[in-house]
Amino acid sequence: MNKSDARSEVLFQQKFPIRGGDFVNAGDSSCKIRNTLREIGIDSDIIRRIAITAYEAEMNVVMYAERGVMSINVYRDEILLTIDDKGPGIENIDLAMQPGYSTATEEMREMGFGAGMGLPNMKKNADTFKITTEVGKGTRLEIKILLDGKND
Amino acid sequence: MKLDDIVKSCNLHVVCGEESLENEVNGGYASDLLSDVMAHSKKGDIWVTLQVHPNIIAVAKLKEIVGIIMINGRKPEQETINKARSERLPIMTTDLPAFELVGKIYSMGIRGKH
Repeated sequence: MNKSDARSEVLFQQKFPIRGGDFVNAGDSSCKIRNTLREIGIDSDIIRRIAITAYEAEMNVVMYAERGVMSINVYRDEILLTIDDKGPGIENIDLAMQPGYSTATEEMREMGFGAGMGLPNMKKNADTFKITTEVGKGTRLEIKILLDGKND
Repeated sequence: MKLDDIVKSCNLHVVCGEESLENEVNGGYASDLLSDVMAHSKKGDIWVTLQVHPNIIAVAKLKEIVGIIMINGRKPEQETINKARSERLPIMTTDLPAFELVGKIYSMGIRGKH
């Protein structure tokens, strides 16, 4: 096996369905991802960053989308977290990325969601962060965290 | 400092997670915004909040928080208690407002920056 094959080999893969509006089980998939990464011996700072991004992404699906799937792929030197949802999409990504901006309902805000910190928190903890969205169809987030790099 | 020391000094009511009261508290965080707690709380923190719904258990578990204190006489929802029990995570309640409770815990030597 040459070097590029070794780098792209998936060491571990997991997928979780997420139901929109299911606030009771919201966060469970992120907890499972965190437990698994601990079991396979991933560095605790990397796990902390994955936990934050996974939680924020999972909550966004629960709050805004009909349903979604969160996948985690662990490679030799990076972790890729992708979240695909069927939902309203994001009308203005620049606005959505602004700290403090939120379209959460009053009820969600009372529960402590909708602080407008979700997407900024994800971006801050990711090495690369990509949003693809289509209004009326859904949103896809791709978050990459390097296993040997430092997040600055 | 052990969680049990804070429970006794602040006269907290323990709703569940009695088996984990010997766990060590490294610091504290007070907030009702879940993204804020995700971003800024640290491992080993005690979390002071007015939120009582089940999602706080996922936040606490993800951030390795050692216990949750609900202020102003707020009571956890039943599903919150069920989830906390399965995680052996202590939930405590107090009639004190957040400012008073945090002041007491701070005076015991627990800090927000650690």
